[in-house]
Amino acid sequence: MKASKFLAVPYIAWVLIFTIIPLSLVVFFALTDSDGNFTLDNLFQMSDYMSVLFRSIVFAIIATVICLVIAFPAAYIISRVSSMNQSSLIILIMVPMWISFLLRTYAWMTLLEPNGLINKMFSLVGLGPFDLINNAGAVILGMVYNYLPFMILPLHSVMTKIEPHTVEAAQDLGCNKINLVRKVILPLSMPGISTGIVAVFVPSVSTFVISRMLGGGTNDLIGDFIESQFLGNSYNPHLGSAMALVLMVIVLFMMSLFNQFGSEEGAV
Amino acid sequence: MTKMRFSSKLYLYAVYAFLYIPIFVLIVFSFNQSKSRANWTGFTFDWYIKLFQNETIMTSLMNTIIVAVAASVFSTILGTMAAIGIYNMRKTSRTILMNLTYIPVISPEIIMGVSLMLLFRYLVDRSGFEFGFVSLILAHISFDVPYVIYNVLPKLRTMNPNLVEAAMDLGCDSKMAFFKVVVPEIMPGIFSGFLMAMTYSIDDFIVSYFTAGENIETLSITIDSMTRRKVSPEINALSAIIFVVIAIVLIGKNFLQNRKLRHDRALARAAVHH
Repeated sequence: MKASKFLAVPYIAWVLIFTIIPLSLVVFFALTDSDGNFTLDNLFQMSDYMSVLFRSIVFAIIATVICLVIAFPAAYIISRVSSMNQSSLIILIMVPMWISFLLRTYAWMTLLEPNGLINKMFSLVGLGPFDLINNAGAVILGMVYNYLPFMILPLHSVMTKIEPHTVEAAQDLGCNKINLVRKVILPLSMPGISTGIVAVFVPSVSTFVISRMLGGGTNDLIGDFIESQFLGNSYNPHLGSAMALVLMVIVLFMMSLFNQFGSEEGAV
Repeated sequence: MTKMRFSSKLYLYAVYAFLYIPIFVLIVFSFNQSKSRANWTGFTFDWYIKLFQNETIMTSLMNTIIVAVAASVFSTILGTMAAIGIYNMRKTSRTILMNLTYIPVISPEIIMGVSLMLLFRYLVDRSGFEFGFVSLILAHISFDVPYVIYNVLPKLRTMNPNLVEAAMDLGCDSKMAFFKVVVPEIMPGIFSGFLMAMTYSIDDFIVSYFTAGENIETLSITIDSMTRRKVSPEINALSAIIFVVIAIVLIGKNFLQNRKLRHDRALARAAVHH
């Protein structure tokens, strides 16, 4: 089978044309003006969008933390039930994941709007209507709702490997509940936690649909600005590329922080 | 494996309620007579009928299927070949190529979308290339192939390398050995890679949004433009159908696996007793 390594040649060509060249084009556009001359103006212009960038990062961090807080106990509880029930519970986490995130976000739009179901419930007990949509909270809620499974699944897959004996041993040796979590479960779950953090943070920080549907134009994120530079009214692929480049740097920084490089079957 | 405590149970119920209530509300209101999404005015199937009569939705559904099938077939072939090639490479080149394969998986979809859009724009400006089916399918292949490789490679690793030599000793030429021995061995990986590519293609919105151009819409692009118009109960009907299909496929698959598990255990027990 020595010659069979050449079977990868078409794929190498593919990676070159459809991964490396496009990404190089982003860098090229970010560093040139519309005449193709080298410039750093696009990157300097980014300073006007610092608040947007800051908001994107803050929202994504808040959403990631909330996901972690909700997912940690949930994944642990699931990992302690019998294996057959476990697979059913995990399937139930995955089902919403396979429904288009557009529809999932749309569902929240209909719940949160001024004359939506939640406000209607409030009005039945004489409260409201409240402004539940078109604010920061709604955008973060949308992120948490959409990406919570991305946190539960990797957490569950490491927690299910924690032997019940390990937990029992810790308890027999006098661990109370807090110490059990802090000294046993948390350290053993660390690989799942870092995978989950990256899996929630990356789509949250780069989203443009959730902020558009639930933020109502007042909470635009970096993704919204990139989109409007390429497809919206303010067409400027050079500025858009500069923004995309900055976003890529944030994502890469986040990944190196949580050590998500290198493993060959890291995905899935 | 202890029995779940009440508080744990309650907590899980709350998490699942959070995940499912919005979807169920969406589905319930797909049967609502009025366009309101909060006031129940009576039961109807009208939105389902309207959904199937809606030509835009039906055309975009067709487009989605065409793109998903074409992209996943092509990426299965390309990815399987790539996996075999990568498996036989020396360590350095293998690591480099695997890291490059990782890029589409880890980078935000919006970056993939705009970078491919820049490439296609360049081709449009310089040649007769046009945005449409071809650009969509090319973009989809780009994010599908890694998943095929990730599924095929482990199967190659667990394959007994002596099998190929044995086949050759028994008179196979290398081509025959490949198709008669290697391909059947890695078939489960090829198949799950194909299915995964297919689901990612059907589900994709962001990359399609940037690479489709103006003349062609996939289902997710149509859904997106419907949500911009705010009120369209056909979306609810569509969500209900998608939800039921996905739930049946996933739960059915799980059920079959569990039954097989139980069956295998029963067989094992029987074997012990005899």
